[in-house]
Amino acid sequence: MFPIINIGPLAIQAPGLILLAGIWLGLLLSEKYIERYNIPSKIFNNLVFLYLISGLLGARLFYVIQYFDIFFKNPLSIISINLNLFDIWGGVFCAFFAGFIYGSKNGLSLWRTLDALTPILAVLSIAIGMAELATGSHFGFPTNLPWGVELWGQIRHPVQIYHIIGAASILFLLWPGRNYIAGLLPGVYFLFFISISSAFYIFISGFRAESSVVIYGFRTEQIIAWMIMAACLYKIKLIESSKKFDANNI
Amino acid sequence: MEQPEINNTQRSQNTFFSNRGWVLLSTILLFSGLVWIYLSRVDQNNIGVENESAPFVGFKAPKFNLPSETGEIVSSLDFLGAPLVINLWTSWCPPCRAEMPAMERVYQEYKDTGLEFIAVNITNQDSKQKAIQFKQDLAISFPILFDENGEISELYQLQALPTTFFIDENGIIKEVVIGGPMSETLLRTRVEDIFDQMGDH
Repeated sequence: MFPIINIGPLAIQAPGLILLAGIWLGLLLSEKYIERYNIPSKIFNNLVFLYLISGLLGARLFYVIQYFDIFFKNPLSIISINLNLFDIWGGVFCAFFAGFIYGSKNGLSLWRTLDALTPILAVLSIAIGMAELATGSHFGFPTNLPWGVELWGQIRHPVQIYHIIGAASILFLLWPGRNYIAGLLPGVYFLFFISISSAFYIFISGFRAESSVVIYGFRTEQIIAWMIMAACLYKIKLIESSKKFDANNI
Repeated sequence: MEQPEINNTQRSQNTFFSNRGWVLLSTILLFSGLVWIYLSRVDQNNIGVENESAPFVGFKAPKFNLPSETGEIVSSLDFLGAPLVINLWTSWCPPCRAEMPAMERVYQEYKDTGLEFIAVNITNQDSKQKAIQFKQDLAISFPILFDENGEISELYQLQALPTTFFIDENGIIKEVVIGGPMSETLLRTRVEDIFDQMGDH
């Protein structure tokens, strides 16, 4: 566990640094194969930059809305760089909304754009596992297995390490340079990545010590991941079945 | 590096997703997922780690007994039943000094609602005299305790100064803020979160 990296007098939040590195490496990988999707490199970079900026602004906006009274007393906090004052899901919503508008204005195909972004998501997934390892969050059940790790006073399933290994395997399997990835219909690469990632998430969530429970002991996150996986698999089938492929949209 | 190009020939060769193998794979994935979700169900009453003690969100806050300024031994158990903020600090740490006035203001505002604050001085990395002077300089009214043997540093796995733990009325850690200075806004939102959760129950 290494939530803070101490460099001299500086205390750097390791998870933030890892996630930023993940986004940067993912962007490098996506850019390498961007020509395949007929998206100009400049527009793609602008899109990713827009995702980041609108994600940050949206995350702060949603947080301010939630705690309006507190921010009203101290309005300068709205522009504080404190990373604890963000609403993650608000950020995700705003990022995708802004990205959708930008993509529409620039005539980008939604599915092609999602395919182009998939390597970023795949690398980010590894980074998320590493960030969880740094903070010690998403820890596993106690275990007697030889690969258990000591965390929070017990030998536990190293769920964060399972996550990293799984995400790295998915990236390896779906490496954008592979020929079979290049031959997929628009959207299938993205949907396949989400399907496999959801399946893996369902698997590792079974080892987590803390979960929210819907009913009869079923874990909420597994149910949601299963529904996402089912929807993606169904959509892939629809895309492949329709065969209404417009060569101009490649 | 030469990149593979998309063309209709490749696409027509890519029959994996459109044949029966794909349907079979999807069915296996979905069915296996359901089986695993069923097998990995948890006992609704035993999920979580609220009965285990560790310095992390979701766990019971580790117990401690520490001397106050007057030498009286104060136990963390004395604060059960009230939401509690524990701040670990030293007098030589600039972010600790920077965030303390905000903590005092929030304490003054919320103390009548039952919120308790404890500032634990990491005395084995500081000096008791300087800590008391620090408290007087900043007019801190909540109690300060002295970790003379490094017990708290070890028990709470101190990684950086300051570190602040937000604990609910049942002694469960709800949030840990490592590093600082913490803004008054952040402090207030975390305190409000604890009160909101208390209201939910």
